[in-house]
Amino acid sequence: MYPQEFLYTQDHEWIRVDGTTASIGITEHAQKELGDIVFVEVPQVGSQVTRKESLGTVESVKAVADVYSPVTGEVIAVNPKIQKAPELVNTDPHGEGWLVRVRLKDRSETESLMTADEYEEYLKKGSAH
Amino acid sequence: MSQSGGHNGRITEAIPHITRNEALIFERSSAGKTGAEVAPLDVPPVEAPEVLGKDFYREDIDGFPEVSELEVIRHFTRLSTWNYGIDTGLYPLGSCTMKYNPRINEVVARLDGLATDHPYIPARLAQGCLGILAETARCVAEITGMDAVSLQPAAGAQGELTGLLMIRAYHEDRGERRKYILIPDSAHGTNPASVTTSGYEARSLKSNDRGCVDLAELERAMTPETAGLMLTNPNTLGIFEEQIREVCLRVHHRGGLVYMDGANMNALIGIARPGDFGVDVMHLNLHKTFSTPHGGGGPGSGPVAVKRKLEPYLPTPTIEETGDGFYKLNFDRPKSVGRVRAFYGNFGMAVRALAYMLAYGADGLRQVTEDAVLNANYLRARLSTAYDLAYDAPSMHECVFSDRRQAARGVRTGDIAKRLMDYGFHPYTVSFPLVVPGAMMIEPTESASKAELDAFVDALLAIAQEVKEHPEVVAGAPHSTRLSRLDEATAARKPILRWKPS
Repeated sequence: MYPQEFLYTQDHEWIRVDGTTASIGITEHAQKELGDIVFVEVPQVGSQVTRKESLGTVESVKAVADVYSPVTGEVIAVNPKIQKAPELVNTDPHGEGWLVRVRLKDRSETESLMTADEYEEYLKKGSAH
Repeated sequence: MSQSGGHNGRITEAIPHITRNEALIFERSSAGKTGAEVAPLDVPPVEAPEVLGKDFYREDIDGFPEVSELEVIRHFTRLSTWNYGIDTGLYPLGSCTMKYNPRINEVVARLDGLATDHPYIPARLAQGCLGILAETARCVAEITGMDAVSLQPAAGAQGELTGLLMIRAYHEDRGERRKYILIPDSAHGTNPASVTTSGYEARSLKSNDRGCVDLAELERAMTPETAGLMLTNPNTLGIFEEQIREVCLRVHHRGGLVYMDGANMNALIGIARPGDFGVDVMHLNLHKTFSTPHGGGGPGSGPVAVKRKLEPYLPTPTIEETGDGFYKLNFDRPKSVGRVRAFYGNFGMAVRALAYMLAYGADGLRQVTEDAVLNANYLRARLSTAYDLAYDAPSMHECVFSDRRQAARGVRTGDIAKRLMDYGFHPYTVSFPLVVPGAMMIEPTESASKAELDAFVDALLAIAQEVKEHPEVVAGAPHSTRLSRLDEATAARKPILRWKPS
């Protein structure tokens, strides 16, 4: 369910690090809890995002949730399809439903994130919702 | 929309039955029909665009409905019968305090001198109305334990904004530029919105395992840049912040102020006063706690009450006694955050709220609180056999369950709420507060009788049983309404905002 090559936050974002850049999205668990996503707000290319601060929002039929950036860096791409087709976050949260790609400022920030196994354990503990 | 009846098409129903879906008024239109007949022209005709100029002349609206007066009356009368309100049944929407609006309030608000006085009438001729506002403010101050009150804000959220602007004015007056307002993660969504609108930045404060403010978290977050704490007490979980005095002390110790959202005052009146436990500024919702109409029924009213130190910043004008038994409007308030609402707020709501407070008196208002809390705890006790409580802490005027047990069988809080409609009840609040997975938030208010509470509990217990035996019945509810499951996602993703001729 949760790709091994991703890292995860306690706020249910995933990040896929690829050299000095990384893609960010929300997890399967997050999309399931939120329900049908109807709107996604992402930052503009070139803007700065800060670790643990909101980089955008996802709005579903029942709630609006902040997406917290797992890392600090500069946005180098946003998913071009996501504004017109926010349902991609529901149908393929770990793939087509990615939100932004950033250039990492400090690679070591990813060290405190959870692996797929740790994240699944975290979900099982039920401390998450 | 076609309403041709059964019987092999031989019988055509004259009108759609009152319980059936209703066509749009546009769909009732037939060309050339009018609702009113105008007398024949007895003066020379003129061309409207020439006389008015084309800037003021509107072209015909394509597809404008052409219907008779009776068709208009029937259409809107039928729609009006679809309303569900506190006057038709239990309205257990948690966090909303949907209590009965006593008819005496309406009688009083319609008294000639009150209903017909014009807001531009000079103060010396409007002494009665000003007296009512002053008396309402006095009652609010007494109930909340605060020193001064403005009745101007027209809703809870406007009260919040007004209070936050006063906090800002207070800090700036002291030469301090603070940046953050702390908000517990259980808060109502309007709180962070008001904070942002006021120019501050909202910072979320994690609750402890009892659903209350975590003192250690608060201590960490209360930096010299923090302007204050905004919290609801009892909080949105219906739990009283037992350490509220300590919470307020710690915020004050760091130079911050405490804002209390008064949305849940139905749990405190006559029992505890926010001003006594350390709150500096708060608002009340007259349309919740003080029985004025809520939702579509009437304008809101969100009076804001403050401690003495914030009094200079209250919206202008204030109503003051001149000492010889008269009232005047004071516009000379250099530190005021300014006017927040035309005239003196929604005056008619102050009249209704005062009627309510005086009709009950101090003892009666205390009993309102006691009954509201008793009702909520009765529901909690009976329902906790079938539903999981979100937190074990004592409930005040509302209780919050989680759909945990039912979710294991694939039925979620929204499904249970929709099934409640089949049992004739308005749903509870669904999926809020967000800190509770699958929240079911129930607030019966003092208005519900024991028989009504029992019927409601029986319905929810029956649904819990259905979840065990026939989960698909609950997951597919409602089955008795004109429309069942709507496509909420498509409606939000691709909204159709107005009718257009096809």
